[in-house]
Amino acid sequence: MFRTPQSKATVWLPKLVVAPSFFLSLLFIYGLMAWNGYLSFTASRILPNYEFIGLANYEALWVNERFHVAMRNLAVFGVLFIGGSMALGVLLAILLDQKIRAEGVLRTIYLYPMAISFIVTGTAWKWMLNPGMGLEHLMHQWGFETFSFGWLVDPQMAIYCVVIAGIWQCAGFVMALFLAALRGIDESIIKAAQVDGASLPRIYWSIILPSLGPVFFSTFIVVSHLAIKSFDLVMALTAGGPGFATDLPATFMYAHAFTRGQIGLGAASAMVMLAVVAAIVVPYLYSELRSKR
Amino acid sequence: MGALSIKQIHKSFNATTQVLKGIDLEIEKGEFLILVGPSGCGKSTLLSMIAGLDAPTSGRIFIGERDVTDLPSKDRDIAMVFQSYALYPNMTVARNIAFGLEIRKIPKAEREAAVQRVAQMLQIGHLLDRKPGQLSGGQRQRVAMGRALARDPVLFLFDEPLSNLDAKLRVEMRAEIKQLHLRTRTTTVYVTHDQVEAMTLGDRIAVMKDGLVQQFGTPAQIYRQPANRFVAEFIGSPAMNMVDATRVGDNLTAHGVALDLDAQQAQAVRRHAHSELVFGLRPENLSFAESGLPGTLTMIEPTGPESYATLDTAIGALTARVPGLLNAQVGERVFVRWDPSEAHLFDRHSGQRLAL
Amino acid sequence: MTIRLSIHRIVLWTLLLVFALWFLAPLYVMLVTSLKDAEQLRAGNLLSLPTDPTLYAWFKAWGSACTGVQCEGLQPFFWNSVQMVVPAVLISTFIGALNGYVLSKWRFRGSELLFAFMLFGVFMPMQVVLLPMSQVLGWLGLASSIWGLILVHVLAGIPTTTLFFRNYYVGLPDELIKAAQLDGATFWQIFWLIVVPLSTPIIVVTLIWQFTNIWNDFLYGVVFSDSGSMPITVGLNNLANTSGVVKEYNVVMAAALIAALPTLIIYIVAGKFFLRGLTAGAVKG
Repeated sequence: MFRTPQSKATVWLPKLVVAPSFFLSLLFIYGLMAWNGYLSFTASRILPNYEFIGLANYEALWVNERFHVAMRNLAVFGVLFIGGSMALGVLLAILLDQKIRAEGVLRTIYLYPMAISFIVTGTAWKWMLNPGMGLEHLMHQWGFETFSFGWLVDPQMAIYCVVIAGIWQCAGFVMALFLAALRGIDESIIKAAQVDGASLPRIYWSIILPSLGPVFFSTFIVVSHLAIKSFDLVMALTAGGPGFATDLPATFMYAHAFTRGQIGLGAASAMVMLAVVAAIVVPYLYSELRSKR
Repeated sequence: MGALSIKQIHKSFNATTQVLKGIDLEIEKGEFLILVGPSGCGKSTLLSMIAGLDAPTSGRIFIGERDVTDLPSKDRDIAMVFQSYALYPNMTVARNIAFGLEIRKIPKAEREAAVQRVAQMLQIGHLLDRKPGQLSGGQRQRVAMGRALARDPVLFLFDEPLSNLDAKLRVEMRAEIKQLHLRTRTTTVYVTHDQVEAMTLGDRIAVMKDGLVQQFGTPAQIYRQPANRFVAEFIGSPAMNMVDATRVGDNLTAHGVALDLDAQQAQAVRRHAHSELVFGLRPENLSFAESGLPGTLTMIEPTGPESYATLDTAIGALTARVPGLLNAQVGERVFVRWDPSEAHLFDRHSGQRLAL
Repeated sequence: MTIRLSIHRIVLWTLLLVFALWFLAPLYVMLVTSLKDAEQLRAGNLLSLPTDPTLYAWFKAWGSACTGVQCEGLQPFFWNSVQMVVPAVLISTFIGALNGYVLSKWRFRGSELLFAFMLFGVFMPMQVVLLPMSQVLGWLGLASSIWGLILVHVLAGIPTTTLFFRNYYVGLPDELIKAAQLDGATFWQIFWLIVVPLSTPIIVVTLIWQFTNIWNDFLYGVVFSDSGSMPITVGLNNLANTSGVVKEYNVVMAAALIAALPTLIIYIVAGKFFLRGLTAGAVKG
């Protein structure tokens, strides 16, 4: 594009300017990633130990019951969190698209959770869902004596608490993206449909939502990647508990790499996380960048 | 060596796309050169190269006696007015105009003098403290010209500066640009796709198509003796009427109708290697009469000072241009005639004008 | 027709309000809980207002609550976070601006490819660099220090800030740069005199986005710091999980609010820009 006749300085100056940060950044991303990959093939425990042991760590992961729980939780949490956030987000966006006078205020209310840390969210919901002091206690005080809400300490149900808190945090984000997209739709298409006699729900279902395909897709990608990274939320809400019932790969990795002295295993679990993310994100980035040409 | 010499400029963006296929142009000091042609002909690319914003794949560019091909833009002593004006949004008009001087570390007093001089010339003195966002399209255009004028360069470059203006403003600004050129007499290269701008502003016009100069000459030359069919149809509106004609024996016929030729044309037709030709007539060469080629009027477009009448004839649809408002109806039978010596002859396959 | 429309609107508004209450509930709960003392905590419930509001919990959370071994409240960690966030935000934003400027206006062969590779950094799970990075920080002598955290946040933030600025600068007309080149301006002059003055919106968006993300981060904080350099999120988590004899939830809620206040305030004041940051980062490729 700017292959202009330039003084020598201007030819290499731009490259020089970005070189250090690009170099460091790419080193940070790929260099460390490769190093971590290497660690996953070693017998590292409390300290890194560069003795090569092949796929032993991965085999260990494969039979590790806690890792199984973590992956299963990832699937359950993933589906519910992504599905729930997207459904609620789209619903809120559609509702707000109806020319509400208080739209600004409501939008601020729906979106503010994204501004606070997952730790704060986890801490707050932990208190709210506390069996004995939280929701259960409130219901009892209101007269619903038989109401019980012990999900937070129930190994089977605890993961759903994480889902609820997660949706609370992220639905607003989905709403914001969709609202922006809805606003970008050509008014005249909607007017044409109205003249053709379509009702409002019909218009949304048959015309507007289908045309938002790309937004669905890219939002899905971003929310998915948030789901896979969920570490902060679980740590604050349940610390992976009770036991390791709400473990996710991220907490599994942290626990093994930094508190249980199993660096090799931890590194391997991190690589598995990377593989899952890459499987979703790389095709997306590839298609996005190709279409921008 | 003229004020600007372009020698054998080629430009390819990759192995398959050749945008400029060998451009040779030379203009004298003070001349106003127009580069005109349809989109994709390479005129803007050529201008970028003269400006130093793009490098040719091969060829040289000379400004005066200097070979500037390898020099960056700032060392070429040129100024440019962009299609979108490219005014710096965060600076006042005064600073926009003086920016080039500021960069060259011209002392403040001189810069202010230049700004005042330019503001007077273009009558934008009252706009000096405003920002571009507060100006109208025409005002922005003037500021863009002012920025170019302030530098007092040896070469002005204009890249379709009037495209973003509405029709009326365009006519006004065209006149202003012409007046400005008459006053400053700076060598100018002006790119446009509008053939009216080309004809009214240019001292010399280079009509371009597909990366080549189809014809280089004065407006009169280009209008009266278009070098090929493309130039003939591109310049002049409504476009020249083109009729496929064939040499039969010693005559030229189209759809069975014999076309009169003068002595020179007849000789050229006889001598020409091929018998398949094209007969061209500009709309203003056709006039309505009591006798001549019969035809039926299919459309009349009155513009006020003149009317364009399209009619169906034995040799095809023709468009005539007559002064005033036409006193006839669609569907009427009319007769149309022309002076044979005004006709243009082209080879049907190569498009080249027949040498007379 | 008007009646149907009204029912429509009533349903709409009901839904909107119900959701609004659900979203506001935790904030409300945190607030009322933090203003109660132990007695009111026991007597009341989640939603009950404090009968005798007191700032006891706030003072304790700030200055004397126990976060593991130390009992100095959140105050030291608040200042750790500040010391970490300010340089990290400023440095990553500046680098992002330069990178975006070059990538959009001074493209060179391979620049788009490099950018594509860097983009993956926005999505990559950070777990994959934690272990090696601890080693590196150890070698650099920055382990468990605030500067170590700053380094990590800057490196992790460059892909995002570069993305923001590049997408924004792509919208600046190329002709502006060409005109400046013709006027004789150099690479740096164009950057400081023309591009930066036009960058105010994206600078604000990037500053807010980076501040929010770095202040709220927990993962890097918990891995790369010790009790001396711990940011407030880690301090909060420790405070909330310190097993004391009786859990003082009012203190925990006050602490949570203290941790949330800076980013919340910025959000309320400049929410519009925060939103722009979200949509710029996520939807664009």
